[in-house]
Amino acid sequence: MKEILIILMSVIIVDNFVLSKFLGICPFLGVSKKLNAAVGMSLAVTFVMIIATAVTYPIYKFLLVQYNLEYLQTIVFILVIASLVQLVEIILKKYVPILQRSLGIYLPLITTNCAVLGVTLLNIKDEYTYIQSLVNSLGAGLGFLLAMVLFSGIRQRIEHNNIPLSFKGVPSILIAASIVALSFMGFGGVIEGLFI
Amino acid sequence: MNQLDTKRKDKIALKSIFMNGIIKENPVLVLLLGTCPTLAVTTSAVNGLGMGISTMIVLIFSNVFISIFKNIIPSRVRIPAYIVIIAGFVTVVGFVVKAYAPGIDKALGIFLPLIVVNCIILGRAEMFASRKSVLESTFDGAGMGIGFTLALLLIGTTRELLGSGMIFGISITSSLIEPMGIFLMPPGGFFVFGCMIALVNKIMKTKKITPKQEMGCAGCPSSASCNLSTVQEDLEKNKSEGDK
Repeated sequence: MKEILIILMSVIIVDNFVLSKFLGICPFLGVSKKLNAAVGMSLAVTFVMIIATAVTYPIYKFLLVQYNLEYLQTIVFILVIASLVQLVEIILKKYVPILQRSLGIYLPLITTNCAVLGVTLLNIKDEYTYIQSLVNSLGAGLGFLLAMVLFSGIRQRIEHNNIPLSFKGVPSILIAASIVALSFMGFGGVIEGLFI
Repeated sequence: MNQLDTKRKDKIALKSIFMNGIIKENPVLVLLLGTCPTLAVTTSAVNGLGMGISTMIVLIFSNVFISIFKNIIPSRVRIPAYIVIIAGFVTVVGFVVKAYAPGIDKALGIFLPLIVVNCIILGRAEMFASRKSVLESTFDGAGMGIGFTLALLLIGTTRELLGSGMIFGISITSSLIEPMGIFLMPPGGFFVFGCMIALVNKIMKTKKITPKQEMGCAGCPSSASCNLSTVQEDLEKNKSEGDK
């Protein structure tokens, strides 16, 4: 239990996917303009991350390892994620139209989001168990949500400020991200101390 | 005579396709694509170069093969088909790097398999290779790949020089100034990348080059494959429906 809490907290705060692992920067720069869109996108990413992990982990352990096909990992994972996203969209459309209306529009974007493929690859690389992998994916998604929500606020403030012309837009956001990443580094070592 | 003229024209067209990717439509510094690997692996010049070359090889081969198969692949399943082609080459390149440059393989980590989801590659496949001839696609892939490599090399060199006082592992300023280790860490990556884009903006403005495509979905080469433009239409539609 303690171990799981440590994994969850450290992937949200210390090893934040956007601010310290640089995964999912494109949606971070593209969709974090408005709070609604940022939350919707992040929830959709979290959802897909968990489902993708739930499916790819057993495929790797029971299919690829069994038949010595580990080298097919990249191809299999990306195909599974791509078809999974389509499947989820269809299922949501049919059975949970409310959820589809709020999350569904972000789903097509997620296939090429490196955070999703990244989390499935990292779960295998870090040799997590099935439960730990699922928790790690949940944390990765929540960390993504945290960064997106933080920056939708920061961006709304920056936009009305008087900044040098060449820094307008993306450069100013990257500089802001640099400062926030710096402050997040301060959390290093705190998490392990929390659960002693 | 006529034949000679068309030949020369072809040559000029190919050259402009090639140069386009390096300067005017530089994928990293102008189009802002492939930002994840740009930030993550540029802790040293060697890593940036390794990532750039790996991506370039995948880009050239996937462009060539997609261009060859463009008439065979049904348009409804084209995206999955492209992804399989790209993933195949990524796996091959991954093995080559692991065998001949294990140090770089270790430094790049999961970002080597993540070349699959680099939007530059899928974007070029969708926007260019699926419409143009094999030769043009090869030049486009090479141009874009070199543009990507040069941008990574530039950022990697800057970060290595500031962060450890070295370039390609050769000590330059480390005896004069205390190296600032923060530039090798994530905040330094964001900072240097931000400053580079600002610098490019400044140069573009003084030289009066208007970038061909703006940041935003309409300008993104992968918008056709990632559907963000339709997403925004949907968002607006939902909003107006909600208002009603």
